[in-house]
Amino acid sequence: MAVTVRIPTQLRSATGGESVASVQGATVSEVLDELFAQFGELRERISDEQGGLRRFVNVYLAGEDIRFLDGVATAVPDGAELTILPAVAGG
Amino acid sequence: MAAESLKCKECGTEYPLEALYVCERCFGPLEVRYKHGFTGDVATLRRRIQGGSQDVWRYADFLPLAGGPPGPSNHLASRAGLPAGWTPLINADRLAERLGLREVWVKNDAANPTHSFKDRVVAVASARARELGFAALACASTGNLGNAVAAQAAALGLPSYVFIPADLEEQKILGTGVYGTNLVSVRGNYDEVNRLCTELSAEHDDWAFVNINMRPYYAEGSKTVAYEIVEQLGWELPDRCIVPIASGSLFTKVHRGFAEWIELGLVEGREPIMNGAQASGCAPVANAFALGQDFCQPVKPNTIAKSLAIGNPADGPYVIELARRTGGAVDAVSDDQIREGISLLAETTGIFTETAGGVSVAVLSELARRGEIDPQERVVLVITGDGLKTLDAVRGSFQAHEIDPTLEAFEAALGSVAV
Repeated sequence: MAVTVRIPTQLRSATGGESVASVQGATVSEVLDELFAQFGELRERISDEQGGLRRFVNVYLAGEDIRFLDGVATAVPDGAELTILPAVAGG
Repeated sequence: MAAESLKCKECGTEYPLEALYVCERCFGPLEVRYKHGFTGDVATLRRRIQGGSQDVWRYADFLPLAGGPPGPSNHLASRAGLPAGWTPLINADRLAERLGLREVWVKNDAANPTHSFKDRVVAVASARARELGFAALACASTGNLGNAVAAQAAALGLPSYVFIPADLEEQKILGTGVYGTNLVSVRGNYDEVNRLCTELSAEHDDWAFVNINMRPYYAEGSKTVAYEIVEQLGWELPDRCIVPIASGSLFTKVHRGFAEWIELGLVEGREPIMNGAQASGCAPVANAFALGQDFCQPVKPNTIAKSLAIGNPADGPYVIELARRTGGAVDAVSDDQIREGISLLAETTGIFTETAGGVSVAVLSELARRGEIDPQERVVLVITGDGLKTLDAVRGSFQAHEIDPTLEAFEAALGSVAV
């Protein structure tokens, strides 16, 4: 089974307009690598020079921020949903 | 000064002045960039400001509206919206004395239409939203913003949608619902509400989410706090400012307001030392500052200062940078210190602030106690909201004398201390 990745509007120009991608991977890192393999332009948009996530990129696994889990090493179960969103806040 | 474009704070990519908030290239936040077209003399510009209306629109030259202040006249409140800003700056001499300081001023933003500084940012965001033709206002809120959006939408005759965490203070829920908004209480914390709204804003592109797709304009409204402080100090700068931190937007924009006016020559002097204030129960920015990091590890909030309970503060990295650069700091205080802060301000100034204000007062007390403030400094404490919104924080902090309606009963209860 695959993992579903939800793509925010700001990144859809790099996915040919697709809002959802279906990729394989057992960890967040693997899922992202697979995603970048499908949509090459995404890598430089959300990854920094060291290969980590840029500081204003938030990734959620089933609604939970991966920084509360194991970051990009977080295990991703089959059929799970990853959501990429920009960091934005203001009470 | 006219707004010229939106510019990414991270990579510098520019965008048109539309409802955009994130850089498509690097996900960095977008900020309004102005063209400094001011060529006249300083005295003329100051007179122009002083001749303006007694609200945020007196600073329209420094705000990102294409068509100037809204409404044909500010007397027509229904067209111009709620008149936010121009709140009192009070010389808190008794508070200063208590803390062993020379000069402390309180910028009392509880004196806004819905009793918090959020009326400023909503005024600017909703005016820009109307220029861009939006049909509805919306927001993710820790409470104060919900009050402001619901009220502003009512004044403008726009539908509104306010999303709040379900565990919010009752006063803030009542003070939002009363304006006839669509109030959505989400089972989750603010960061979860915010995530939902970020997703929703993509689905409802005809809604102006004031703190999401309108965020670059919204945030500019906070600069008016700094402009007012300068004007109210007689065109002078404070030496230090204490500002509470939730997302960090207010902190960075208060500084920006000072910096812009220094750059334009409207005020002379060095930029104020910026001190940020957080609650220990939600201190991602203070933690990062203490650890010397330039990013904020998110936290799960657990504090009575719910209006500051943002565990994933978008402007955190910029706050840290500014606090360091100006010689300030970001400190965190406990819930007990917050309660003491509320009482201290109330007893020395007559101003009853909400928990967020208690955080600022408590941080000021801490800095003074630790000797980190030069006694000769002029300090401004930014009080962002009203104590009537967080009544639970003071419950049990004092006792009323309940007596029978007789002189004897009064004498028995209070005769020994009455003056």
